Amino acid sequence: MFKATVIIRRRPSILDPQGVAVEKGASLLGLSNVKETRIGKFIEFVVDANDKSAAEKEVNEYCNKLLANPIMEDYEFKLEKI
Amino acid sequence: MKPNFGVVVFPGSNCDYDAYYVIKKIFGFEVNFLWHKDKDLQKSDIIILPGGFSYGDYLRTGSIARFSPIMQSVIEFAQRGGIVIGICNGFQILLEAGLLPGVMLKNKSLQFICKDVYLSVANSETVFTKDIPTGKILKVPVAHGDGNYFTDENTLKELVVNKQIIFQYSSKDGEVTEKFNPNGSAMNIAGIMNKEGNVLGMMPHPERCSDSVLGKTDGALIFNSVINNFLIEV
Repeated sequence: MFKATVIIRRRPSILDPQGVAVEKGASLLGLSNVKETRIGKFIEFVVDANDKSAAEKEVNEYCNKLLANPIMEDYEFKLEKI
Repeated sequence: MKPNFGVVVFPGSNCDYDAYYVIKKIFGFEVNFLWHKDKDLQKSDIIILPGGFSYGDYLRTGSIARFSPIMQSVIEFAQRGGIVIGICNGFQILLEAGLLPGVMLKNKSLQFICKDVYLSVANSETVFTKDIPTGKILKVPVAHGDGNYFTDENTLKELVVNKQIIFQYSSKDGEVTEKFNPNGSAMNIAGIMNKEGNVLGMMPHPERCSDSVLGKTDGALIFNSVINNFLIEV
C-alpha cells in the first residue's frame, strides 16, 4: 500500500483571482512583503497496490481524468510506502 | 414530428424544474426527467443539462457529474449528432466531459453574479439561433460564480474560424466590449457550440425568461429555434 499526496497548481499563465483576493488580506494584515499568492489544492489518499509503478499509473490516471483539469492545472505527487 | 425532451437531474441540480416547466407548459412538448444514475435517455430527441451545483461543485464545477451513468449515454448521444443544451452548470459539465472545448474559471470579480445581461448572437446559422430575429439582442439572466470562460489561444482561434461562438455578452445595443463582460470570459463568450453544431453550452439561463408572466421571454426564442430546426439538422 502507498500513501499518495497530490499537489495541484493552476498554470502560471492563468489568473488566480482567489490568490489575488487573499493577498489583499495579507496587505490588510500589514504583510507588505507578500507577493504572488497562488492557491492550489492538496489531496491525499491511499493506493492499494503492491508495487510502486502500478501505484504511479493509478495516481496519474486519477489526476489526469478527475483531480486536475489539464487545460488549466498541473499536478505533482509523492508516493510513500505504508 | 414533435420533439421529446429529456432534462437530466444530478444531485444538486436546481434549474431542472424550470426547464421542465418551460418545455411542458410553455411549449407543450413531452419532457422526461433523466436521473443521473440511469442510462436510459427515454427516447429523448433533445437533452437539456440544467443549471445548479451538481455534486456540490466539489473539486471543480461539473467535474464529477461527467462520470455519472447518464452522462455516458448523453456523450454517446451527442457523438451521434443528438442535440444537447447545457445551461450554466450544464455548460460546465459539457466542458469537463470534453463535448465542448475550454474550462470555466472563477469570475474575475470573485463575486457570484446574479443579474440580467444582454447577449449578442454571434452566429445566426445554427439550430439554436436560426429563428432568432436578425440583430435581436437577447436579455437573459445569469447566475454563476464560475462563468469566466477560458481556453488556449489556438482553441480560441478555432472557435472563431469555425463560428462556434454563439452568444457574447454585450450592451443592449449589441456592443461587445470588456465594459459589458460580467465575468472576465475570453472574447465575452457566453455560449459556444461544438464544431458539428449539435451541442450548445451557455452560462445565461433561457429557461428563466421564457414565460411572459415573468416579464421576459427572450429565452423562448432559443428553445423555439431548436424546436423548429432540430429535424433539419440531425
